[in-house]
Amino acid sequence: MATYALVGLEPRRVEVEAHLQKGVPSFAIVGLADRACQEAKERVRSSIVSAELEWPLRRITVNLAPADLRKEGSGFDLTIALAILAASHQIPPGSLRAHAAVGELALDGRVRPVGGALVVAEGARRAGIDFVLCAAESAGEVALAGVDPVPVRHLAEAVAYMRDDWLPEPAPVASNGHLPLGSCPDLAEVKGQRRGRRALEIAAAGRHNLLLAGPPGTGKTMLARRLPGILPLLAKEEALEVTRIHSVVGLLPPEHPLVMRPPFRAPHHSSSMPAIVGGGRGPSPGEASLAHRGVLLLDEFPEFQRPVLEALRQPLEDGVVSIARANGRAVFPARFQLVATMNLCPCGGKGDAAGCSCSATRLAHFREKLSRALLDRFDLVVAMPRPRAAELDGSGEEASVLVRERVQAARERIEATPPRMGAEARALLTDAVERMSLSGRGRARVARVARTIAALAGAGEIAREHLAEALSYRIPPELTGV
Amino acid sequence: MKADRGYRVLTRRSADYPELLAAIHDPPKRLYLRGDGSPRLLSCSAVTIVGTRSCSPYGAQVARRLGRELAAAGATVVSGLARGIDAEAHRGALEGEGATVAVLGCGIDRDYPRAHSALAQRIAASGLLVSEYEPGTEPAPWRFPARNRIIAGLARVTIIVEARARSGALITADFALEDGREVFAVPGEITSALSRGTNELLRLGAAPLIESGDVLAVLGLEEAPAVLGAKLSESAQRVRELLADHSASVDELVERSGLAANVVAAALVELELSGEASCAEGVYRMG
Repeated sequence: MATYALVGLEPRRVEVEAHLQKGVPSFAIVGLADRACQEAKERVRSSIVSAELEWPLRRITVNLAPADLRKEGSGFDLTIALAILAASHQIPPGSLRAHAAVGELALDGRVRPVGGALVVAEGARRAGIDFVLCAAESAGEVALAGVDPVPVRHLAEAVAYMRDDWLPEPAPVASNGHLPLGSCPDLAEVKGQRRGRRALEIAAAGRHNLLLAGPPGTGKTMLARRLPGILPLLAKEEALEVTRIHSVVGLLPPEHPLVMRPPFRAPHHSSSMPAIVGGGRGPSPGEASLAHRGVLLLDEFPEFQRPVLEALRQPLEDGVVSIARANGRAVFPARFQLVATMNLCPCGGKGDAAGCSCSATRLAHFREKLSRALLDRFDLVVAMPRPRAAELDGSGEEASVLVRERVQAARERIEATPPRMGAEARALLTDAVERMSLSGRGRARVARVARTIAALAGAGEIAREHLAEALSYRIPPELTGV
Repeated sequence: MKADRGYRVLTRRSADYPELLAAIHDPPKRLYLRGDGSPRLLSCSAVTIVGTRSCSPYGAQVARRLGRELAAAGATVVSGLARGIDAEAHRGALEGEGATVAVLGCGIDRDYPRAHSALAQRIAASGLLVSEYEPGTEPAPWRFPARNRIIAGLARVTIIVEARARSGALITADFALEDGREVFAVPGEITSALSRGTNELLRLGAAPLIESGDVLAVLGLEEAPAVLGAKLSESAQRVRELLADHSASVDELVERSGLAANVVAAALVELELSGEASCAEGVYRMG
């Protein structure tokens, strides 16, 4: 019987064979199975007994082929149980050929969902297998791969199905039409912050990386968390890509397996490098990949370990994370939009009425940590000073839905006919490069942002005022100390 | 004068030894010079701008603006290459395409603080780095007050931009007064500890500095004509009017002008490029 192991995001076919011999009753699993996989022995034995089937009192050997591929996790349980039942003729052996299976077994025989069901199902489809037995919760996910899920809640159901005694209830039509809303905070709740809102809109329209800098409590994080709400929904192929990654780590909600909203990930600043860019023995995708086609928020950006920040440079540049291990290499897509927040100095007082109490050396150290190379990845930098009280009682602000429509329209414009640089804008840019000491990369960045601004304005050409506004989001000199 | 080792030396007997410096209580025996500027810079109408290292955005901006305007008008801007006010004054002078001189408390080949080595090179390209210590002398805390007497001694006018109650900049002011030079202090908010020293000086009778013209009048120099580039847009003019009242963030300007955030942002960049406004920590100011 076939199932699939995951190598990164790729399914690898694994044949599960069971052999019963005469001899002292025993049970062995061979084929580079890891700890969780070895423990399948106990789960499988209990499940078979709980399903009122017979545990063959023989010398049982289960082989997971190919034997040199490391198998991890508990997703092989269901397949192993079915292979043993087929070997002991409790289900017709031929019936397994057209099936793959994925799922973990509980001691009482229930089938539990495991991560990566979508990838397993995709592997099955490529191999021409039409039916995948899986936990009821994974059915939606499996259906996304274009194969027929056979949702089973219990091992006994799987056996009944194999004996042609039972058919699962027809799966409800995948209900991805409606989406879980409300999980996203709305922009209408943010009072004032005209500049921040504007920057957020530009960032959304142009998929720009955004850095919000200011003293604590000025609403940086509040604003950043509202970015996903103004991003357009993912296109079908994008959604599948994202779903695959989320499937592997078991993040998908069973009711709406297809991820249509751009994902939003906000790892804590104490996160390790493997947690952010991916890794581990698997290796498994990290936060950067989970934020693929969505938003990665790094709150308190300078507090992250330096190597973690530097490791993010590869995905920011190439949109992928490639992790090399002794026994192979995994490539995870990681084309995310980076949003970061930070204070202007270590004590957080800069930009505040109270003032900053940091020593000069401490400030210099702080600036050093934010390497120029890293700051250069941010297209938009917004300094957010503390708002005065009068601003906070601003009334009815625009809701996310309205902003999203503008963002969508701008994106379509950029894709169809990207606005070109006008002569006046070009002259202004040349002037600014000289006067504001912009680097070559800085220049390109300003031009990109100006294009987005022009697209938002519905202009066919980048005008002087578009470029001027783009210049206002450049890296402020106080962050670089130049 | 020797020019072979990348630096020059002025002795008391050199013709270029600045007269004003020779007139102080204990003029240095030798001055080591580095940079492409002429030694005559030291004898030109020089203005010293000094202040605290941990300056506020206000202080930084005033120092830069004074440096720019005074240098553009033809004065030599003298300071100490320290962090904060000193560095801003040098930068302003470079922006104004004028002459600037940095007096160091260590050898002229030691860029101290190290973070300012790029700035030191820019100064050397058109101005001078000056020290009374042999090249190779390491910075030491006790050399800095002694260096201040040269900073004050080179100039006819000394400006203190921002200083705490017992700041090193006040030592410079004392030297200047002893030598009978004019001392200006930039008024600051009475609630700010960073302006305590300067406000104290004002109480003691220092001249308040309100615009660079105050200093230029003493030196007998004309203000440089304002170099206004392209004509300002309507929104930029409106924003400039609002900024003239007091400093403000983009959000406050949006609130007060009734213009959209994108328009205000573009207007501010216009003002920045024409040198009329500057930004620190998200707050914009005139100058």
